[in-house]
Amino acid sequence: MLAKRIIPCLDCDLSVAGGRVVKGIKFKEIKCAGVPWELAETYYNEGADEICFLDITASAERRETMIKVIEKTAENVFIPLTVGGGIKSVDDAQKVFKAGADKITLNTAAIKNPKLICEIAKVFGNQAIVVAIDAKKRIDATGKKFWEASIYGGREFTGINVIDWAKMVESLGAGEILLTSMDKDGTKEGFDLELTKAVSEAVKIPIIASGGAGDRKSFYDVLTEGKADAALAASIFHFGEYSSEQIKEYLKDRGVKVRI
Amino acid sequence: MVKKKIVIVDYGASNLKSVLNAVKYLRGEAIVSQDPDVVAEADKIILPGVGNFSTIAYNLRELELDEAIKEVICEGKPFLGICLGMQVLFDESEEYIKEKGLGIFKGRSIRFRGKVKVPQIGWNQVKISNKKSPLFKGIEDKSFAYFVHSYYVFTKEKDIVAATTNYGIDYCSAVSCNNIFATQFHLEKSGELGLKMLKNFLQM
Repeated sequence: MLAKRIIPCLDCDLSVAGGRVVKGIKFKEIKCAGVPWELAETYYNEGADEICFLDITASAERRETMIKVIEKTAENVFIPLTVGGGIKSVDDAQKVFKAGADKITLNTAAIKNPKLICEIAKVFGNQAIVVAIDAKKRIDATGKKFWEASIYGGREFTGINVIDWAKMVESLGAGEILLTSMDKDGTKEGFDLELTKAVSEAVKIPIIASGGAGDRKSFYDVLTEGKADAALAASIFHFGEYSSEQIKEYLKDRGVKVRI
Repeated sequence: MVKKKIVIVDYGASNLKSVLNAVKYLRGEAIVSQDPDVVAEADKIILPGVGNFSTIAYNLRELELDEAIKEVICEGKPFLGICLGMQVLFDESEEYIKEKGLGIFKGRSIRFRGKVKVPQIGWNQVKISNKKSPLFKGIEDKSFAYFVHSYYVFTKEKDIVAATTNYGIDYCSAVSCNNIFATQFHLEKSGELGLKMLKNFLQM
């Protein structure tokens, strides 16, 4: 049986020389947390199952910095690396894979150009593509609740229903979905169980839940009730509240299959 | 002592950097090559594989690496295949039936069926069936390793199966036979476990 995964996420600001890991709250206020490859190595040694880098600056001139961050990380970290932010073409993806990434995430570029998902999947395989969906809870005209997909790091809304989009990215060849609740992100109130469960039941590919990680129980809840295959978090790792190992020990004690 | 020459076989479609990084991390020295002469003269070879079966089988043949690999294996030098590098040791794959594998072992790769999600992506347990294999020296039974694949090896050659993994069914996740070793899981992405096994191979 496959183990549930715990994934530390490093949001990187690459406008600083060498890059810095930063953390936003509800997609805004930014706090600084450290040097990307140093943090990645620490998390690897503390039992992370995967590492995720997201380039939150994502502009062309900073691309080279991200490549260096991946290369440096891959020298000492021997678990899967996922990299996202600003990847717009097969060529962009190629550079990131060549530097040592195992998977890439697409968000804005996938919504603007859904064909990109199949193009990248065809060259690098389905397992190499994670589509990131940023979801915001809405109420429609009839009073029914739904989630709307957002792009450009939460700055623009698309009108696209998250469940429909999740099914579509699956059919286009995405290997996994990284699902972030914009309502819960940075709050530490726990993951959005309703959203995670709804998307998880709508598709057959693995769901990585993100946004709202708080105490260890919040991980337990999203991996059981929320039906997520993996849980991603940032600040609880950056500010030393829990290590992946501590979270996994808690999960193991409660009967969740994890790698320890 | 003369240092053994380790060659990582580059068939042109695989990401070899992670494997090379892992060898370097363990203070080993390896060269990456797609030259059949260089491969044939290696003391040890590693064949990593990512992508699909037809590409690895076709490219190995086109680049004349298939014969070079067989030569090294026949000379009794240690061989390590990873992921598709394990599958291609067998006769064929359901993924692309027209292209043949190296045929060193009898068997074929078949797609996961039933209720499981395909591809299998993530950490799964490795149940060691050949505890005497030098590849598994010091490795704890049922350790977790990182898997990414849609097809698995089905073989009747039970004596070469060094480990099994359960994903809907129990399947062969590692091979060990004399100087030939292979894993379906990614040693280079399996943390401490992977590094230990790679170290075992480097020390052979």
